[in-house]
Amino acid sequence: MNDTTPTDAPILRCEGLRKSFGNLEVLKGIDLDVKRGDRIAIIGGSGSGKSTFLRCLNFMEQPTGGKVILDGERIGTPRTGRDGSETVTYRERDLMSVRKRVGMVFQQFNLFPHMSTIENVMEGLVTVLRQSKSAARTRAAEQLDRVGLGDKLDVYPSRLSGGQQQRVAIARALAMDPEVLLFDEPTSSLDPELVGEVLRTILALAEDGRTMLLVTHELGFAYRFATHVIYLYDGVVHETGTAEQVFRNPQKEKTRAFIARSSEFSL
Amino acid sequence: MQQYEWDFGSVLTYWPMLLQGLWGTVAISTLAILLGIVGGGLVAAMRMSRYRSLRILGTAYVEFYRNTPGIVHFFWVYYAPPVVANVNLGPLEAAVIALATQSSAFYAEVLRGGIQSIGNGQWEGATALGMSSKDALRRIIVPQAARRMVAPFVERSFEIIKTSSLASTLAYGELLYQGMQIASITYRPLETYTLLALIYFLLLYLLSSLAKFAEDRLQEV
Repeated sequence: MNDTTPTDAPILRCEGLRKSFGNLEVLKGIDLDVKRGDRIAIIGGSGSGKSTFLRCLNFMEQPTGGKVILDGERIGTPRTGRDGSETVTYRERDLMSVRKRVGMVFQQFNLFPHMSTIENVMEGLVTVLRQSKSAARTRAAEQLDRVGLGDKLDVYPSRLSGGQQQRVAIARALAMDPEVLLFDEPTSSLDPELVGEVLRTILALAEDGRTMLLVTHELGFAYRFATHVIYLYDGVVHETGTAEQVFRNPQKEKTRAFIARSSEFSL
Repeated sequence: MQQYEWDFGSVLTYWPMLLQGLWGTVAISTLAILLGIVGGGLVAAMRMSRYRSLRILGTAYVEFYRNTPGIVHFFWVYYAPPVVANVNLGPLEAAVIALATQSSAFYAEVLRGGIQSIGNGQWEGATALGMSSKDALRRIIVPQAARRMVAPFVERSFEIIKTSSLASTLAYGELLYQGMQIASITYRPLETYTLLALIYFLLLYLLSSLAKFAEDRLQEV
């Protein structure tokens, strides 16, 4: 067996991840290793389970089976029933500590409308990380400056464009300095001309070596962004590889067809 | 047809009684509203609990009060305890308890409606930062829900103030009861009840102006 140095060990790992909603099994056993600095694009058709999968990684959805392992530590308390089946209970405290380390940017931004831009970014720092208001304000202003919104600190979200709102949401997630950052279709609810500013912001984070997972329909962007690509089909990983492999030389018929369909009308 | 001669003067000579009645109405209404907010918070928490048994209990409570007439609650609270538990309640206590338990059910719905009107995205935005659900409620959900709850809260409070007139059936000296006394002394029920309506109107109109002011202040942010 290989010796794994700490930097080689996956920061986030899942094994046999399953998720059902009632009788509908959406995820049918997904394995994934995320190493520090990886940028993983998760692609797939609608209903393939890609968003659900991402949302299981910070427990916005609770998996119904399998393991999520963060930095070597399994999340949740497993119990084996009499019939040998395993059920896992997730305590709020455990999930809170995961979410401090695994940030998320949502499709609908989910900014807090009753707070100004800077207050949105300060909120986690003050309420979760217990920073002083002045320290939080300084850090929040830095992050907003970084996403190009240093001049909008005291503006309320309703006054911002969709692209600006999403950049605030990115600043809010970044301020917490998460070890892994999840993007759930970050540009899907934006007007086409606002997509670019958000994608450029995300690409800039890639240069810092931040570990990121991204669910997206923007295949061109996924190609430029990702070190690895996962193609999900019907709740399982159908094909995976480097961006070059999956996009330029897909091995499976379904992957090929999906990529062809998705880029049919690209300019 | 005989001409009716209006005579408010003879009714107005009993103004100290009306004033006492007004005080009685304000007293039981205020107590019922304050206790109702506390009770409503508890019932709303039950209705939104993760435990099924608490949810059922909370729902049963609300449905009971929503589907039975208020006057029955007043009678029960006043007449049942001496029979069932050998406890005697005065008209004030009985009226306040009847009104407060009833308002708890209605306020619970105001609170629940306000909180549930805030989309799931806000919960997710908050908890994804690592907030506890308690902090998410306190920092993110309630401040937004509060603005939406003001109007229905005021509406419900007005209902409570008007319902407080049922306390007259327990011979508690609030406005309606005092009015009934005056009407039987003066034989001037028409004038008396007209006057009562006017007093209620002025009281509630004053309160609604205050509420409007508070609401505007809240929306400004």
